[in-house]
Amino acid sequence: MNTQAIGGAPERGKSFAHVAEASWGKGLSTLLRIVRMTLRHPWQVAITIVSTFIAATLQLFIPRLLGRAIDQAQGVMAAGAGAAAEQALWNTALTLLVVSILRGLFTMAQNYYGEAVGHRTGYELRLAFYEKIQRLSFAYHDRVHTGDLITLGLLDLDGVRMFFSTGILRVVLLGVLIGVGAYLLISTDLVLGLLSLSFVPFVAWRSSVTQLALRSTWLTLQERLSVLSRVMDENLGGIRVVRAFAAQRHELEKFDRAKLSALELADQRVDIRVSNTSAMNFSFLAAMGLVLWFGGQKVIAGQISVGTLAQFLTFMTILQMPVRQLGLMVNSFARASTCGTRLFELLDAELDIEDAPGAKDLVVTDGVLRFDNVGFRYEGAGGRPTLSGISFEARSGETIGLVGPPGSGKSTIAHLIPRFYDVTSGTITIDGQDIREVTLQSLRKAVGVVQQDAFLFTTSIENNIAYGNPWARETRIGQAAEYAQLHNYIIGLPAGYTTVVGERGASLSGGQRQRLTIARSLMLRPSVLVFDDSTAAIDAGTEQRIRAAMKRFAKDRVTLIISHRLSSLMHADQILFVEGGRIVERGTHEELLALSGRYRALYDLQLRPDDDRPVVAGAIPGKVETGFPGKSA
Amino acid sequence: MSTQSDDDKEDTSGRPTKAVVGSHRDEEEVFGKAYDPRIVRRIWSFVKPYQSRIFISVAAVLVFTLTQLAIPLVIRYAIDHGMTAGRLDQSVMIAAIGAFSAIILINYAASYVQESVVGKVAENVLSDLRRAMFSHLQRVSLSFMDKTEVGRLMSRLQGDVNSMQEFLETSVMSVGDIVLLFGIVSVLLWLDFRLGLLTLSTMPVLFIVRLFWLPRAKVAFMAAHETNSIANGALAEGIHGVRTVQSLERQHVNFDLYDEKVLANLNAHLTSAKYAQVMVPIVDTLTGIAMATVIVVGGSMVLSHSLDIGVMVAFLFYIQRFFDPIRSLTMQYSVMQRAMASGQRISEVLDVPVDVSDRQGAVALSRDMDGSVEFRNVTFGYRHNQPVLKNISFRVNPGETVALVGPTGSGKSSSMALVHRFYDVWSGEVLVGGHDVRDLTQDSLGDQVAMVLQEPFLFSGSVLENIRYHKTSASREEVVRAAQAVGAHDFIENLPDGYDTELEQRGGNLSLGQRQLISFARALVADAKILVLDEATASIDSYTEMLIQKALITLLEGRTGLVIAHRLATIRGADRIIVLQNGEIVESGNHEQLMARKGLYARLYTMNYASFDDISEGELEPDAAVGKAT
Repeated sequence: MNTQAIGGAPERGKSFAHVAEASWGKGLSTLLRIVRMTLRHPWQVAITIVSTFIAATLQLFIPRLLGRAIDQAQGVMAAGAGAAAEQALWNTALTLLVVSILRGLFTMAQNYYGEAVGHRTGYELRLAFYEKIQRLSFAYHDRVHTGDLITLGLLDLDGVRMFFSTGILRVVLLGVLIGVGAYLLISTDLVLGLLSLSFVPFVAWRSSVTQLALRSTWLTLQERLSVLSRVMDENLGGIRVVRAFAAQRHELEKFDRAKLSALELADQRVDIRVSNTSAMNFSFLAAMGLVLWFGGQKVIAGQISVGTLAQFLTFMTILQMPVRQLGLMVNSFARASTCGTRLFELLDAELDIEDAPGAKDLVVTDGVLRFDNVGFRYEGAGGRPTLSGISFEARSGETIGLVGPPGSGKSTIAHLIPRFYDVTSGTITIDGQDIREVTLQSLRKAVGVVQQDAFLFTTSIENNIAYGNPWARETRIGQAAEYAQLHNYIIGLPAGYTTVVGERGASLSGGQRQRLTIARSLMLRPSVLVFDDSTAAIDAGTEQRIRAAMKRFAKDRVTLIISHRLSSLMHADQILFVEGGRIVERGTHEELLALSGRYRALYDLQLRPDDDRPVVAGAIPGKVETGFPGKSA
Repeated sequence: MSTQSDDDKEDTSGRPTKAVVGSHRDEEEVFGKAYDPRIVRRIWSFVKPYQSRIFISVAAVLVFTLTQLAIPLVIRYAIDHGMTAGRLDQSVMIAAIGAFSAIILINYAASYVQESVVGKVAENVLSDLRRAMFSHLQRVSLSFMDKTEVGRLMSRLQGDVNSMQEFLETSVMSVGDIVLLFGIVSVLLWLDFRLGLLTLSTMPVLFIVRLFWLPRAKVAFMAAHETNSIANGALAEGIHGVRTVQSLERQHVNFDLYDEKVLANLNAHLTSAKYAQVMVPIVDTLTGIAMATVIVVGGSMVLSHSLDIGVMVAFLFYIQRFFDPIRSLTMQYSVMQRAMASGQRISEVLDVPVDVSDRQGAVALSRDMDGSVEFRNVTFGYRHNQPVLKNISFRVNPGETVALVGPTGSGKSSSMALVHRFYDVWSGEVLVGGHDVRDLTQDSLGDQVAMVLQEPFLFSGSVLENIRYHKTSASREEVVRAAQAVGAHDFIENLPDGYDTELEQRGGNLSLGQRQLISFARALVADAKILVLDEATASIDSYTEMLIQKALITLLEGRTGLVIAHRLATIRGADRIIVLQNGEIVESGNHEQLMARKGLYARLYTMNYASFDDISEGELEPDAAVGKAT
């Protein structure tokens, strides 16, 4: 565990805090569920458990055989002729050899199949987890921190996966060793038997307590280490700010504070661990000393043979390791029950957005998008609804512009169309079909949303553009890039379309990222295309060229433009001014200006400082005359 | 429209040709040479301060191992001299138990000292190592930081340092293993040379088996490790990009691709489990053979009275511990190789040269300096023979605001960095307050020149801490005043805990505009004479934008300002505009003068870009058809 990379565990957010320590009942049902999952591999589980039984039993024979050999060598049992005694030794030796080999083989089977069951369960869990994550709604992902989900999918899933080999199998192993072993020992000699087992309760208790203590401090340590790694990560990422403010000393102090708090705890953990190890060693050796003394007395008194004494002593050495690991077993139970509870909570989470029973594919004919008195409220957001009474209609070839102050609900409107969220009242229809009654897949293929904060995957530009249609031909990818005014840039790169971008790839400017996202959405040829403030980082000139290029097939689709830059949407067929979740003004640019309301005020605000400039739109000399797809040519 | 017909029908039945999930960083070299004296010396310099403690722990390890070796001997003594027929002797028993008790006590103490000292020393060394790297990175040249991915540095600060810790802990333990190994060998040979030799003959067999096994097993273990990180990477990507995945309906494709990766990982794990477990029956068989040998050979010797029974018992005890040291020592070899590779990378970080440092006798820039900034014939670049700034000269007078304007790559940001002496010039000089920046201490320069970066970088911590980042002594009132001055006070007050609201990593819970305002307040609290500012390019909604423009005026009041301007409003508010292109000053003057000149500035201005960035060089040439890549 101490090789765990520091800061490996992201901070745990509030979302799962309530299952930090599961209740007994819940913990138990979680464990049972893990057992049931394990039983999906009945043969392997059976082989593992049988092997464990056999291996443990065989191991118990070894001390007996050794004891017998010693007695035989001493001539206690076979007091007869030398040849017979030698023969007896040979027999014992061969038996021991066979037992050892078999024990080895069965232990191998036990360990291998134990791990195999765990890994197979892990495989199934990983797929189930991935599948679920991909289907959970935006609302769920808004609520739960990505770092928490990653922890859940890595660490918690591991805790569940390892339960079989580190929990269940250990119970079997210890059960056989202690149960059968105790019976054998005590039936041989009551006092010596009890003495040889005397260290077991103490070591078991110490090791469990210690493991639980280490477990709880481990979580704290991970937290402190993640503070430390955050200090380092932010420092290195923001090194220019650090240098600009000559704050190196301040940063080192921050580092030292974080370092010290982690170091102190790490040292404490060493203390906990070490005092436990030495105490366990001590109690084991003390028990051995007692057996040696009382056993010795019995040997002297002629009650038992030296071989029997040796049998007790070797038995103790065999028992030592598994008993010490009892703490790990306890830990495994605790870990599996909390991790499992968290994990199953996610796997059982209800999907709030899924296909209605008997949903049919969306059929787009005329391409009429209609909002009818739509209201929406974010889950958990008390008070005012985010949207209310939103109604508008747009048909193929039309462009709708949405504008309004930050937080007015513009983006929410965009997110309702592909059902990222479901309306709380009213309906949205496409060609008369309620979007909640068609299949999600057909809906989302028909509705393209160019997101504000584009996520690029770490792969080639080509793969990124074809993300929604990975079977696409190169010509189409190139065409989409051309429409998005990105083609020339891409072919100028040394690796062209195969250049890797994204988190670990070549860095693109904000504008380039947005253009790539536009190309990506175009690949789906959506019937409804929404630009969710997705041209903010693109300069006005390029934006116009993009629109001019797309104009060619804009008549087949509804275009929705959300922007705070008026020049992006002033030529729309209809502009909706949204404020406080309602449409407060609507009309064309000219109509709204004439209204002298909020739109007018925003227009003045944006354009006043530069009022001596030529009118904003269509100002690139000699390139584009006017440029709006909506203004059908 | 014509495009939709011919290539519309892609065959979606087969495997998608353009799809992957997860990306995989090329793993850095995991194993190095098993021993590299240079690296060992380097690491040793970090261990040296704890030298005496290391000696203590090695001594404790030795004592601990000796007690382990002694226990079977005591048992042997008790049996042979205390309880064999004809030699029943209570006093021997008492002596034996006395010795046993003494051994237990020593064992207890030694075990405590050994583990605790080693554990703590390892923790301390790794902590020191990490600090040395971290503090070195605070001083290395920015051009190194520019080229180096933060993630890569972090993996050195964390992964590599951790593998050194593992190495330190285990290497002290291996001393114990070596002693145990030789101890057992010598004790067995001493107890009975012939029987010892026979029993020990199984030992080389294990050695040879492991020599063959290790390289193959290592490959399998590495494959398990690697496929695991690949699958985890794909999972993380799926989580981060879930919104995009859903909006582009990629779930099915991704699920299949993920399945492949997880399945590959499962198979790699199963293979590596096979390798790990195949050793179990081998070791058990060898142990069985050794015990059988003792029973047959030793037993007959006992029968013929040429061997004491206690010796046979002791042999059996030793055999059970026999193979442990071999197992851990062969493992130690891999640990060492890994540590050498990590040590190599750690040394690399520690060896990055520090280009910019205070020269001897550097003076502190006084608070009373006039606040002027001057570039005199400055030539500078990052790569040899590729100057970014070519013989630039200009002066910003005290209190004046100068806007630097020009397309991407024209050298604006580099000029800004030079004022702060992030880099040293190739030739010419940069003067602040009349002093060459190379003659000043970097700390005092940082005190007098405040900087606002394009991407407002905030640290996790409260809003308050962020605003007084530079001046930790600033009072709450000062902070509030600064926030009010830049118009950030209102929204800060509306945050859940006002000024004490904890910011998420990099201020993730604030909008870009809000972060920008906080970074303005931060610069205001720093209260430097000179302000160097790189305006944000990303557009912000008009409301926040207005606030920012106002804040900018407050911020520049009474200060010398050097602004890399992207917004027309800012540019026009400047006292003077310097237009850069290809590292040279092409025009300079105020807005009206430059417009009248009808040069580059006038052209840029009428082209009506929201910002002057994102314009490729090609577009500056009126006739160029296609812009080249920026």
